[in-house]
Order: sequence, then C-alpha cells, then structure tokens
Amino acid sequence: MPGGDYLSWGRYPRVRHRQVYRLSWQDQAAPRLAAAAAESLLPTGLQRSYGDSCLNAGRDLLSCRRLDRILAADFEQGWLRCEAGTTLAEILAVTVPHNWFLPVVPGTQQITLGGAIANDIHGKNHHRAGSFGRHVRQFGLCRSDAPALVCSPAQNAELYRATIGGLGLTGIILWAEIELKPIPGPGMDVNTMPFNSLEQFLELNAQQDRDHEYTVAWFDCLAPADARGVLFSGNHSPAPAGRTRGEAKPAERQWKIPFPLPQWWLNAGTIRLLNAAYRLRQRRRPRQAWLPYAPFFFPLDQVVNWNLGYGRAGFLQYQCRIPERLEVCHELLRTIARSGRGSFLAVLKKFGDLASPGLLSFPQPGLTLALDFPMRGQATLELLAALDRIVFRYGGGLYPAKDARMPAEAFQRSFPGWREFLPYLDPKLSSSFWRRVTGA
Amino acid sequence: MQKIVVLGALSAVAQQVERQMAQHRMELLLVGRSMQRLQILRQDLLLRGARQVEVFAADLAQLQQHPSVLAYVREKMPEMDTLLLAYGSLLDTEKAQRQEAMVVQQIFNDCISAAALLTSFAEDFEARRRGCIAAITSVAGDRGRASNYVYGAAKGGLAIFLSGLRARLYPCGVRVLTIKPGPIDTPMTAHLPQHARFAQPELVARDIFKALQRRRPDVLYTPFYWAWIMRLIRVMPESWFKRLPEI
Repeated sequence: MPGGDYLSWGRYPRVRHRQVYRLSWQDQAAPRLAAAAAESLLPTGLQRSYGDSCLNAGRDLLSCRRLDRILAADFEQGWLRCEAGTTLAEILAVTVPHNWFLPVVPGTQQITLGGAIANDIHGKNHHRAGSFGRHVRQFGLCRSDAPALVCSPAQNAELYRATIGGLGLTGIILWAEIELKPIPGPGMDVNTMPFNSLEQFLELNAQQDRDHEYTVAWFDCLAPADARGVLFSGNHSPAPAGRTRGEAKPAERQWKIPFPLPQWWLNAGTIRLLNAAYRLRQRRRPRQAWLPYAPFFFPLDQVVNWNLGYGRAGFLQYQCRIPERLEVCHELLRTIARSGRGSFLAVLKKFGDLASPGLLSFPQPGLTLALDFPMRGQATLELLAALDRIVFRYGGGLYPAKDARMPAEAFQRSFPGWREFLPYLDPKLSSSFWRRVTGA
Repeated sequence: MQKIVVLGALSAVAQQVERQMAQHRMELLLVGRSMQRLQILRQDLLLRGARQVEVFAADLAQLQQHPSVLAYVREKMPEMDTLLLAYGSLLDTEKAQRQEAMVVQQIFNDCISAAALLTSFAEDFEARRRGCIAAITSVAGDRGRASNYVYGAAKGGLAIFLSGLRARLYPCGVRVLTIKPGPIDTPMTAHLPQHARFAQPELVARDIFKALQRRRPDVLYTPFYWAWIMRLIRVMPESWFKRLPEI
C-alpha cells in the first residue's frame, strides 16, 4: 500500500512514508526483509507510540498488526504464546475468562504484544512487577542475517536483552511467549483518594503501594502551589455477588470523535475547566468501589480516538523519570505553570526498583511524570527543552515511546549505555526517532 | 448457526468472521490453500473458544479438487447448517483486461469455480431442507467500471447465480445470502491506492456474522452505506455511467 498519511498517536510529526507493507503470516517476514534496502524498513504495530519511534519518514513501514493469532496457551501453568501483532485487548479477552491476567498492562489495551516488548512498557504495578520485559519468556525474531531466531534469557541472550526496549530495530518480532498472572476474577477493588499537595501524594502513595498492586495518580499541573489530584489504587478482585464470574467484558460505551477538533478549543482556560470537571467527577466517586478491569486500567480507551481532541496539529507527550525528590517535581511544574501551557491529565507514578532485562529500558527507581501538551509550534518545543534541562540536571531520563523531539544528547544522557545496543541493530531497519537521536 | 463450513478460510475477512464464530463456541470446518496456515488458524480459533475446528487444504479454483473437498465435508460435518464461500482473487487490472488468459483466469476463479462448488453443496442443503448458503461477492459486481470490470464481471456473474439459487432453494427453506462488501483493507487490495472508503475487515466481518445469525437480508451490503451508494449507481443510465470519472 502506498505511504499516505500514516501517523503516530500524537499526530505529530506529520511525515510521508514511501510504502506501508503488511505481514499477514509469519512466513512472509523473511522475504520482505530480504527484499528491503539497508536502513529502509521499520516494523510497527498499532502506531500507538506518541511521537516518531513508530515512524520512518520517506522510507517504509512494515505493519505487523495482522500477525495476530494465538499460538498456544496453558491455563494451568499460566503462559501464553501468540503472534506479535495480537493486541493486549485480544489477549485479555481470551485469558480473563480463565482467571489469568497480563503481568503488566499500560494505560491502553489497544497496543500490540510486539510493541509492548519493543518499548518495554510499564504499568500501574511497576513497584511490584517491574516492566513488561521481565515477563517475556521467549520470542521469535526475524533478522536479515538470521530469519528464525528464538531469543530467551538462556538462548541468544544478548539479542533478548537488546530487543526488549529495542524500539523494533533489532529485527521483526514474530511471536512471543509471556507469563500470565492468576487473578481471582475479572474485577478490581479500587480506592480513590484525593490529595492537595505533592507531599501528601508521596505519603499516600507509600502507604497505598504497601497493600495495593496498582497505584497511579492524576493531578492538575496548572496549580503547582497546591498540586490537587487523585490517587487511584487497586487490587484484582472476584466479581461481587450478583455479577456472574465469567463476565469479562461488560457492555461498555465507547465514544468516537468524528474529526480533529479545532485548535482554539484547547487553551489554558478550557484545560483548567476540564481538569476541574474531572476532579469533581473523581471526588464524587465512592472512596472504595468494585470496577470491571477495563475502566480501571484503560479509562482513556472509552474514547476510541481521544487524540483527535488535540486538533490537526496534534500533541506531544512528555514523559520523564526523575529522582524521588519533590523539588524536581516542583521545578518542572513551576516551569509549566509559568508558560501557561497546561497539560490535561498529568500522570504521576512511582517506579519500583525491579530491574528490566532490556538494554534500553526506560523505567528506573524514582518518579515518572507524564504530561500532554497540544502542539503549538516553537513555543511548545521550547517549553519541553526547558523541561529537559531540569530533568537532566537531576540525572533523569526521557521515554522514547512518548517522544517526538528529544535531541540526540537527551537520548544519550537518558540511556548512557546506548552504544552497547549498536551491535544488535538490524542493518535493514531504522526509524525517524533512531536517526534523530543517533545523528544518522 | 452451529456448524459452519468456510471455503477460503484464510482470507482476511473470513478469518475475522471465524473469530466471531469461535467466540460463540461454534464448530468450524475450514478449507484453504495452505495446510501450514490452516493449522495456525485452527489453534487460534480453538483458543478463542471454538468448539471444534477441522481443516482441509485444497485449491478451490481447481475443479478437480472439488470432489475431495465435498467428500471431506460430508464425512466430517454431515450436519453443516451454514456454508460461507469467502475466497476470491483480484488480478492486476491493467494486465487482466488486456490479456485473454488473465480474463479467463479471473472469471474462472471468482465465478465458475464458485458456481461449481455451490451447485454441489446446494444438493446437500436441498436434501436437508434447512440452513444457509452465503457467498462473498462485491459491489464491483453491480456495474462495470473501467478500473475493475473483469473482477466485477466475475463477481456479478456469481451474484446472479446466487439470486437464481436463492429462488430455487426458497421453497425448501434454505436461505441464500449474497454479501456485497465495498473495498476492504486486506492483502487482496494491498496493491491499490487506499482511501478512506476502504473498510477494515473486522467491521465487514461483524456485519456478515450478524446477517448470518438472522433470517434477513437476502443481499447484504457492507459497510451499510454501500447499499445507498449502489442504489444510486444502479439506476444511473448507462449513457451517464460510462462518462463517470474514476474516483
């Protein structure tokens, strides 16, 4: 299929591709890779990375979305093997009725298994389970020099480590086998706790992390003096009386934005309003409630294409990790508040200290902060550059999956060991992101 | 609908319909060209909930392979209640309309071989006096366009065949469903320039599955808006139609 508009989730940058090839079956991968020119191809999934790590401007994409078959599963031992284009939603639909869950899920279930590995994603249970890569038992990798490799901690261990968090650049991930986690049922016991300052957040979070598998906080970053927000914590739970046990997917209402909304509608005023409305809604929620798993883990999936809310120019997400020191947070928030370019939904989470096998894995002990900014040209880019300076002054790092603009220096400071990764790159693969951050 | 035979089970749309069937714990018998791929698909559908999945490898465009397909179906799923014919091909139009051999091949694949198969299977349905025969044709079969009239002729021929078959089987309670999708984003159309009009196979499959579960309609346009577009196209006089630019 000719290139056309193939965008990432942030809808920025807008680039053209030469060709978008698709894989429907695993056996098509090796010939496609053999036919590709050097540094011309990038395997992708659902284009849910926010910036340009899933784009390959002027070159070719290889969509693995249709490699989405489940190959094997063991609901006694708790593992599952499926092709790399299978979405987490499809996996959960199969495993939850058997009372198994994915060991780590991000904020959306509309991503592929291959993407979860290539970005070594993390979730609300990072303090207990670490990143996704820790739960990958083995995977099949098609490289231009070796079309059918199996990688695991014991076999091709270096490629295993390079591919986890390897941004799809070490080869085409064809299938993967992952561990599953036993759960008592399809629901969640959820606590919702408001807080009025970051100090209070840290205190609440420490307390909730002790007896909850999942914690995450949302707060209003336009009011830095008193960072008002809500902390959610949850545990898996059996269905309460009156609900059938097997009810994995209660009918959920899904919304769709018909077209990119005009840009004027998102400004500091409306964002303040939206944040206040959201806070009000959360505060009116009962402190403790039972929820099906989907609205707890994937609240944004209820609006299928919420990214269109940011209009034609798109938006940038900024996710950084910083040491667990409040002055860093305060400094970032002050900078944002001064710019008057607020973020809807600032998300705050404390990472645990479980290490990932991935060479270029993002999570490390400390805090992680994720912010969305509508793209408003140079001013937005300058604000993010200012945030970079703060993050790196404190030895932090940035998350490639969310990034569309980090300079090469920022990447190299975020991942000081990045040169170790170079020998494992597949010479036929490349991405817009990779060319930018390595200066190629 | 409990026991379904799918001819051309590896097609992108068929795979999505099969998933829906698997989620409803139905029994499937799949015929496709590659045994290796059928085995992968079989495992996938079983894990998604299918009660039973049988697979048989055959090239349905080869008439001489039809008897073995019929024999296999009659042995493994004698009580089939639904037959879905989903295979098709779209040859490169530029070449197809200038080379006699390719015109013959296109019409043979998509019309003649399908009509032959349906003729044999119709006997089984007629004898049991129930069930549903469904086949995927195309909106391209409603009018001939310069860009794909060879494919259109094949699909249009099949649609007329189905219409007649429907009338013949109606008295004995067998339903015939003609499925006319618009362009779909699948490997079959991967070489065409894509527009917003290309539907995702999941969406088309949902419509097909719903139509199979009900008693109506006789002809299904999917996505739904093609029913309206084709209504206009069908009434347009030929003298206008031939002048329409390709969109």
